[in-house]
Order: sequence, then structure tokens, then C-alpha cells
Amino acid sequence: MTTMTIAKAINEGLRAALNNNPKSLLMGEDIGPLGGVYRVTDGLIAEFGPERVVDTPLAESGIIGTAIGLALRGYSPVCEIQFDGFVFPGFNQITTQLAKMHARSNGNLTVPVVIRIPYGGGIGSVEHHSESPEALFAHTAGLRIITPSNPHDAYWMIQQAVECQDPIIIFEPKRRYWLKGDVDVQAAGAAGDPFKAHVLREGSDATIVAYGPLVPVALAAANAAAEDGRSVEVIDLRSLSPIDFDTVTTSVEKTGRLIVAHEAPTFGGLGGEIAARISERAFLSLEAPVIRVGGFHMPYPVAKVEEDYLPDIDRILEALDRALAY
Amino acid sequence: MGATHLPSTEFDGTAIDDQLEADAEAAMGEPPAQMVQLLGPDGKLGTDPVYSEYAQKLDAAKLRGLYADMAAIRRFDVEATALQRQGQLALWVPLTGQEAAQIGSGRASQPQDYIFPTYREHGVALTRNVDLAELLRQFRGVSNGGWNPKDTNFHLYTLVLAAQTLHAVGYAMGIQRDQKLAATSDPARTEPAAAVIAYYGDGASSEGDVHESMVFASSFNAPVVFFCQNNHWAISVPSTVQTRIPLSNRAKGYGFPGVRVDGNDVIAVHAVTEWALDHARQGKGPVLIEAFTYRVGAHTTADDPTKYRQSAEEDSWRAKDPLTRLEKYLRAEGLADDSFFAKVKADGDELAAYVRRTTHDLETPDIRTAFANTYVEAHPLVAEELAWFEEYSAGFAGDESSEEADKEAGNR
Repeated sequence: MTTMTIAKAINEGLRAALNNNPKSLLMGEDIGPLGGVYRVTDGLIAEFGPERVVDTPLAESGIIGTAIGLALRGYSPVCEIQFDGFVFPGFNQITTQLAKMHARSNGNLTVPVVIRIPYGGGIGSVEHHSESPEALFAHTAGLRIITPSNPHDAYWMIQQAVECQDPIIIFEPKRRYWLKGDVDVQAAGAAGDPFKAHVLREGSDATIVAYGPLVPVALAAANAAAEDGRSVEVIDLRSLSPIDFDTVTTSVEKTGRLIVAHEAPTFGGLGGEIAARISERAFLSLEAPVIRVGGFHMPYPVAKVEEDYLPDIDRILEALDRALAY
Repeated sequence: MGATHLPSTEFDGTAIDDQLEADAEAAMGEPPAQMVQLLGPDGKLGTDPVYSEYAQKLDAAKLRGLYADMAAIRRFDVEATALQRQGQLALWVPLTGQEAAQIGSGRASQPQDYIFPTYREHGVALTRNVDLAELLRQFRGVSNGGWNPKDTNFHLYTLVLAAQTLHAVGYAMGIQRDQKLAATSDPARTEPAAAVIAYYGDGASSEGDVHESMVFASSFNAPVVFFCQNNHWAISVPSTVQTRIPLSNRAKGYGFPGVRVDGNDVIAVHAVTEWALDHARQGKGPVLIEAFTYRVGAHTTADDPTKYRQSAEEDSWRAKDPLTRLEKYLRAEGLADDSFFAKVKADGDELAAYVRRTTHDLETPDIRTAFANTYVEAHPLVAEELAWFEEYSAGFAGDESSEEADKEAGNR
């Protein structure tokens, strides 16, 4: 067991992936000598050389499109997109090409491309640097989407993504890059199933589902609720496509109430999908409607007011109060 | 696009070309691209300081083969168009007029090369031994692909314009790495060097992905040949709206060679492509070839060229027909006689009959194959929806037999 930040854990995970798989390589802007704008790839070019840690031209469609070509030739590229809002020039390649190549080839071709996207707000940044576009990708069949919330998951999930034969997007919670935690880098089976949700805290009165950057917020809200005598279960979803509805259903059947929290705008977000599914699966167990806590229907606001935009402990507790009032 | 872009009634067939080059000169003093031509519309073979050497490798048998391929794919095109008109295909994308560009370039490739087509490269598919009936699967609506690219190194058609040009560059970057890995692991082992060809059109040349693919190809010196078939029309929009300079001139801006070749001259296309592939395979980097040709028919069976261009323009290009000029040459040089052309025609009819027969028999897939191929690895949502579908479908099992019983009862 060793302690490291999420950024360092991804760095170590990428190092392990490059060592384990000679056909893996990293691609992106500034990922070489600079080590990426968040230094997630720090030191890797010195170790593996420019053929495996490729500083690309500044072109997101180019990065993803050439990664698809490399994958067709048998390589496992890991692309870095610098910020969430910059993935859109590559959106076409991801949704019309990457996601569909296996299906349209009748299963003959595989494109095991990994796309890393730092996402979410809370870092006081400028326009296009704080968005949560995960639902746009989760809606596209053919993609898998995972998001770690802690260093242990970050270390293992990146390696599992490289080994997975399906295309995977990893949304990395950028405001948690410096969050420290224990990583079990050796124990057999430490990796677990990357597409399974984890129950982080057991409870009996309500369930909070969160993922990525909001997991620590959800845990803090549950702790605060406990001081008021409320027992709240917290689930870290981890995978956004597929979503582990079984774990959520089991929890709701126990607690009877569900709050889903994410930074992305509430309308059309994954919270709505989770609410609908749980309503279908566990309607008779629900004591209250599923309540969503998310961002507002607006472009991500300027940094000086983002605290009013981002779901925090109080917003989750308010939702909890509403759920318990039924 | 405004009305001024449409050809006038005085359009004489070269107006677009002249205008293109006049625009280029006016805009930036750009010299017109010299067009490589070996076999003229009159069927006479000329010379070129660079490419004649390549053309000389084409012996009589190979030249006859090029003619036979062009005739076969034109016959196929006619048959596929007819099949669409008869409701057997949802759509067809005719290639007539572009046979030399496709057969010449495809035959210049080697088996280890990998080809990324757009959606009109039926002639290239023929040269890569793709079963043409399989090629019709997509247009028949029974597949989004239809063949296994690994069998022929001929990739699936791509309907999103220019997306495949980036895939081609990435694939070429993979070839570079494979060569280094092979040299490291077993220096004694030698495999033929490979290159990639990315096909696209004058319309697609305006897409950002073409630009990005050329930036990447140049930056990484990737072994890729960009093969632009400038057929002059992006559905209804003429090439003058896509570019103010000859498209081949754009290569200079990326730092690699660009060659404009007469796309209706199969000998020149073959020679230029062979040169470009050699160039790429030798590690000298990418090449852009602009095959200057013409789409004689519609963009697809869904559009109507009479709405956007003059028949005089089409007639002028028919005079440059790629098959006619090679036939003239073969006959004049005594390389082929009536019996050869009669056999080519008979072979074409046989191919057409095969395609017609097999198209009717193309099997409609079970939607379960779509469930199976959305992901490589197990996926709980797909499994859940498939299970629902099975249960739902099973609910109709009794209905079919009762329907039949009703029918029988009715018959009685």
C-alpha cells in the first residue's frame, strides 16, 4: 500500500500500462517534456521516448482520428484531451467513428482507444475549462465511460481501460487531481471490476449516488446527515456507461430514497436516466421520488460564481430533506 | 454559393479549369499545376521525365488488364444503378468517369498496402479483390460494412466525409512503429515495406479532417498517399467553391509533394501512384495526388445533375473518356483486337449477372448480430435489452401459426 495523489496514480498507471503492453502509446498536446498541463504524464517521455509518448499537433480531431488508425493497426492509444470543453472538435471522430467501428465492421475490427478528459469545475478557471459533458458520450452506444474518484481507482482503471478492447473515455475529476489516498499497487485482484459501482458508506434512510468530483461531497453530506441522526448510504458509481444499476437498485430497496448528484446540468443528465431506471426497477420500494442534484441549465458560469452553480454539501442535504419529508 | 458559380450557357467544358487557375493567379500569383498526362484523349502515348519510367513497366498484358478492370467496373456500375432503380438497392453511388483514377491507383498498390476509401471507390475495391456483391451489402441495407477489411486491406466505406483520412495517417503511423518493432525484435526478418492510401474527393477537401490529417502526416513523416479524386462536383457544388487553387498545390503548404495527374489517363495515374507509394514506403513521407477527373453521372441516385450543371460540360468530359482512349491505344499498337474487347464485354455481362443474382440473395441479418457487435466485451445494458427483446419476440411465437391457420381456413 502506498499513498499518492490521483494525478500521480494515473501517472503510475500509465507507466504500468506502457510497460505491460508494448503496443500501448500516449498521444496528446503537451504530454511530452511538459508532462501535460496537469503533469499527469510527467516523466514518461524520458522513460519511453517520443514514439510512445507522442506530442501531437494541436488538433483534437487529429488526435482521436489518428488514434483510431493506430488502433486499427493493432495499437492501444491513450489520448489526452486537455480540458473537457476542448473535446468537441474531436466529437465527430468519437461518436461517428470510434464508437461505431466495431459494429459497422460486423465485429471484425476493434478500436481499443482510451480518451482521457479532465472534467468538472471548482478550480476557478476560464470558459470551456470546467464542463461536465459525460452525458453526451454516455448516450452514444459503443463507448464505455468511467470516472475514478480516488487514487486507487485511478491507478487501476487507467490500466484496465488500456487492456479493454472497447473504446473507453475516462473522465478525470480535475479538481481532485491533488486528492491523496492509499493505492494498493500489488495485491492480486486489487483492480476489481471497473464497471461496478462501490458502496462507500452504508446507511438505511436514503441513498446518495455520485461519481467523480462529487463523491467526496456526497460523503461529507452523509457525515453531516449522520450528526442529525440520519443514516445515509453513499454509492460511487465509477462507471457511467454501463451504469451498475444492480448495486443502486439493491441500495434503494433497502433505503427507499434516492438522491443522484452530479456537476453536469440536471436537464438531460445521467441523473435523469438513473431516476427513470430506478423508478422502473424499484418503484414499490421508493418512499419518495428520486431527487436530482445537479448544475443549472446554463453554460458553465464564470469562476467567481461557480460556487453557486456547483452542487455542494448543503444542496445535497436540502435534497435529502425533501426526500425524507415524504 | 451564388448563381455566378454555376456554369453559364456559354460554358465550354474548360471554363471551370480556366477559372480555377485564373483565380489562383489573381489571388496569390500561384502558378497553375502542371498536369501529368501520358495517354491523351487521342489514344497517343506521350512521355514524362519522371513518370515514363514507371509507365514502361506496364507491359501489354498489364495494359489489357487495366482496360478489362475499367470495363468491368463500369459494367458493374450500370448494373448497380439499374438495381437501385428497380428498388433492390436503397441508394447507389455511381463512379462512371472515374474508372482510370480508381483502377490505375488501386492496381499500383501492393497487397501489404492498406487502403482507406470514401464511398465511391468501387473500382479500387475491384483491384483489392473485394467481392462486389459484398460491396453492395451496405447499399442493400443489410450491413453498414459488408466485408472484412483484414482479408483485403481495403477498409470499409466511410460516409462521414474525410474522417478516414485521419484513420489512414494513424494507420501509417502504426506501420512506422511496426517496422521499428520488427527491426528490434528480429533484425534478420524482412517484410515488404507498406504504405497507406487515403481516398477522398474535392468536396471532402474542405473538411477540417483533411487539413488535420495532412498536418499529422507531415509532422510524423507518415507513409501515406492522399489520393484526391477531383471529380469537379460535391453533389451540386462545383469545385470552384471548394478551392481557389489547384488542390495538388495545397501539399506545398504542408511540406510534401503534390502531383496533379490526368485522372482519366489510367497509365499516368498508375505511374504517379506507384511513384508516390514507393516514395512513402521508402520513408520519404506523404504525397498528395490530385486526380483531375469527372463524375459523369449523378452524385448518387438521389440527385439530378440536370438541376445544377450543363449537359455540354458532361459531353466535353465524355470526349476524354478513360476507356475509349486506352482502347484506341491498344488497337493502334496492336496490343488488343476485337476478340479481346468481345471477351471483356462478355466477362462484364457475366459479372453483372453474378451481382444481380447475388444481390437478391443477400441475407437480411438478425438484429441479434447488432446486439452482439455493439461492444467487444460483455455489456450489462446490451444483455438486458437483448433479454427483453427475446422475451418480447417470444410473445409473438404463437401468432404466426395462428395466422397461417387463419390463412388456410380462408383458403378453404
